[in-house]
Amino acid sequence: MLKSLGKIAALTTLLLAGTAHADPVKVGMITTLSGGGAGLGIDVRDGFMLAVKQSGNKDISVVVEDDQRKPDIAVQLADKMIQSEKVDVLTGIIWSNLAIAVVPAAVAQGKFYLSPNAGPSALAGKGCNKNYFNVAWQNDNLSEGAGAYAKATGYKNSFILAPNYPAGKDMLTGYKRTYGGDLAGEVFTKLGQKDYAAEIAQIRASGADSVFFFLPGGMGISFMKQYAASGVDTPLVGPAFSFDQGILQAVGAAAVGVRNASQWSKDIDNPTNKAFVETFQKEYGRLPSLYASQGFDTAALLLSAMGKADVKDADAFRAALKSADFNSTRGSFSFTENHHPVQDIYVREVIKEGDIYTNKIVSTALSGHGNVYVDQCKM
Amino acid sequence: MRRETWISFGFMAAGLFLVVAAWFGDEPFTITLATKVVILSLAGVGLNLALGHGGLVSLGHAAFFGLGGYAMGILASHAQSFEPLMIGAWALEGTKSMPLIWLVAMLVAALFALPIGVLSLRTSGVYFIMITLAFAQMIYYFAISWPAYGGEDGMSIYVRNSFPGLNTLDPIQFFILCALILAICLVLVDRLVKSRFGMALEAARQNPQRVTSLGIDTFKLQLTAFVISAAITGLAGALYADLNRFVSPSMLSWQVSGEIMIFVILGGVARFAGPLAGATVFIALEHFLGGLTEFWQIWLGLLLLVVILFARGGIIGVLAGERRHG
Amino acid sequence: MSLSLFFEQILNGLQFGIMLFVMAAGLTLVFGVMGLINLAHGSLYMVGAFACAAVAAATGSFWLGLVASLAAAAIAGVIVEIVVIRRLYARDHLDQVLATFALILIFSEATRYFFGSFPLYLDTPDILSGALTFPGGFQYPAYRLAIIVIGFVVAAGLFWLIGSTRLGIRIRAGESDREMITALGVDIGRLYTVVFALGAALAGFAGALVGAIQSVQIGMGEPVLILAFVVIVIGGIGSIPGALVASILVGLTDTLGRTLLPIVFGTFMDNSAATSTGSALASMLIYILMAAILVFRPTGLFGARG
Repeated sequence: MLKSLGKIAALTTLLLAGTAHADPVKVGMITTLSGGGAGLGIDVRDGFMLAVKQSGNKDISVVVEDDQRKPDIAVQLADKMIQSEKVDVLTGIIWSNLAIAVVPAAVAQGKFYLSPNAGPSALAGKGCNKNYFNVAWQNDNLSEGAGAYAKATGYKNSFILAPNYPAGKDMLTGYKRTYGGDLAGEVFTKLGQKDYAAEIAQIRASGADSVFFFLPGGMGISFMKQYAASGVDTPLVGPAFSFDQGILQAVGAAAVGVRNASQWSKDIDNPTNKAFVETFQKEYGRLPSLYASQGFDTAALLLSAMGKADVKDADAFRAALKSADFNSTRGSFSFTENHHPVQDIYVREVIKEGDIYTNKIVSTALSGHGNVYVDQCKM
Repeated sequence: MRRETWISFGFMAAGLFLVVAAWFGDEPFTITLATKVVILSLAGVGLNLALGHGGLVSLGHAAFFGLGGYAMGILASHAQSFEPLMIGAWALEGTKSMPLIWLVAMLVAALFALPIGVLSLRTSGVYFIMITLAFAQMIYYFAISWPAYGGEDGMSIYVRNSFPGLNTLDPIQFFILCALILAICLVLVDRLVKSRFGMALEAARQNPQRVTSLGIDTFKLQLTAFVISAAITGLAGALYADLNRFVSPSMLSWQVSGEIMIFVILGGVARFAGPLAGATVFIALEHFLGGLTEFWQIWLGLLLLVVILFARGGIIGVLAGERRHG
Repeated sequence: MSLSLFFEQILNGLQFGIMLFVMAAGLTLVFGVMGLINLAHGSLYMVGAFACAAVAAATGSFWLGLVASLAAAAIAGVIVEIVVIRRLYARDHLDQVLATFALILIFSEATRYFFGSFPLYLDTPDILSGALTFPGGFQYPAYRLAIIVIGFVVAAGLFWLIGSTRLGIRIRAGESDREMITALGVDIGRLYTVVFALGAALAGFAGALVGAIQSVQIGMGEPVLILAFVVIVIGGIGSIPGALVASILVGLTDTLGRTLLPIVFGTFMDNSAATSTGSALASMLIYILMAAILVFRPTGLFGARG
């Protein structure tokens, strides 16, 4: 009886003819669709579904579930996807702590996991796995890009801040790795903190020549608005998360001119990206975000592997994924030995385009950038 | 037997029937879901002792739930890495044996509950709710920023801990194990409540002055109930961490305290099977509504509201049709 | 730490505290007069912020948005009081907790249904943007100064309302003896609705004021709700002066803890460990403060009963 309680939020079967391979691929997507972080999950899902729809491949079906941003729920959903839905591939998780909870058990049971967002160092180094592929970035990457930009610009005395939790510490480590200058101050804030008056006062007093911050979601919105109002004019840099299409409108003018590091931008000049931005806007009535591009690329990678190998033949399918033979919205894309992206990291600047706040690329911070955990990974 | 007893047993029989049906129908996830219900009910049984019978409305039981989980995670991770856990001068070997882990989980929860109880019992009413919350929040923030065991990321143990003679990774075997523990705890708590201790506790909730005038120390009484309650919730935490093979600070958050409390209130405060009924209905609704609409929480909220406004005494209270005293 | 930086942090603590007071005042009034634990108070804070953001976006005026926040939260308060809360006064606290928790779910997801999953834009009005420079080069954001002033004006208004008006006399009478004032012919039902709407309006007002410098998003009310509960418990439930003292105490403790603790730890630890440990302790600080106060004064600083 409880079977009827099983939920299938979206079951996509498509009409057009697909590839020749016989075995269909069932994808389980666990992502955040309710509560305060829902915007990110919805973008990943919509980007993924757009690629699936455009491919016209009828051999792929997707089951979507809401993890409510709770690690225990995510683990239980993964159990459900594997035990009851019998999926071949899992994807969708937004947050590093949820990924760390779900991924090791899933790949240990022989499932493929394609990460459309989180890239914790634990899964890139010692905890890497041959069935785990990250299609977004290793967590440090964008901070490394920001650090490289700071160094190239000639900043010598940065003030850095992030929330006091593992991802925050990773981000600061990533920045320090490529930046190389002095630190005017290093501050860990409370996770979920919304008032940064005390930290901004410290920045003002520190005499820093630049401020690097990693404050995702509402924390970043609050910080930038308060920073703009404080009269402190030390330039800000940060990873793209606080400058994403979804939240830029909430920050408004306070973000204009801020430089941020990203592996994607809507003005990257290649045909795949142009078509993606255009069709996403047509389909959903809003500009795509970083997360949407990552969802789109994840699906594109999966579809490319389906065209080359049968998912039941794990070795062949893994090799097909590893070859990364697909057209990415970011242009050139390949995998390192620990299955994380090798890609360009751009410096973007926040601009106002008509009534909409968005980003434009100013320069390239790092080209063909991989990650530092490759050597620790033994597959 | 009283009507409530019949209803309680009927309820459990129906639950077991569903699990057996799921087992024959090869629906392992339904069994996993049922295991979750059983474990969260156990946490509720713990809280019910303090909240229902003792009148101690604790909004800090997530602390004990999470501590139980961390007891499991820390012991298992040390067993996996073969590094002994250093506590001051002496080294403690990690373990993957469930009975040992359960014992440690209950002990740790009880050890924390003792000072928390001593300090919190100086207050009452809403102040008690908030001071227990304060202690839980301290532990929560400590766990988030303490890097040794994963901080906010928590830690995975990959393989479930072992119980002699069982394959705990098999959903049905783990379910049976948890269900047995729940049954044992239900019986023990029931006997405790009906003992002299339980009577005095109940009396202290309804009229502390009168109990004190009889020469009974209500403080000791309530402290004992609080500590036992925490130990049971700690045990549930260890099981929950084992169910997910994962522990993180989210188990310590105030939302978890709130959820456990909601199971108890929804099922029926101080009712024998109240926590079980509450957890079953809540999780079934969460699961079922989640499949229907993205905005399922609106409907969950409306349903909860209807239950609380029109069905006094929780689910069991409505079905049993008798009001409890006080 | 220089003297001007210390002074600035005191102002920051004061600003944080006074906003907590505006939020907590309604909560403590509702508890004092009606004996109701209202977890949905944070949702009314969110309603105020969303109303302000929506109206400010439509009209271009932050001030109209502020008026809208008061109105929307008060109206939401009245509706909720009449439909749900009214039935809870006679219940015990547990029923109230569960019912108002259900209201949180409904408010949050309904807001998401109407406004979408992304944060909304709300910025400070132009005349209060940027920072004021004081003699001696000391700078402080104009908007934060305005918040401090508005907060104290609200506090003064509340003291006047409770202390010197007919409504205030009734509220105080309702706090001390419910049966008696009913017997004296006061429509207690209407009094309750008015008090609830007043508390709701204050919460919505705080949400709008704070939303302009923070983020207007789903779930913004719950962290503040917890802090507001901390404040009213430290101050003594039902006591407006207690809430004022407690909120400023909490604001100062949190702000100064965040900035001073890493420095204190830095005197005997290396830098990175000190910031990490210091900020970990700082995030626990207000809970330590609350527990300590309750241990020594089990009914809060100004509380009379449990």
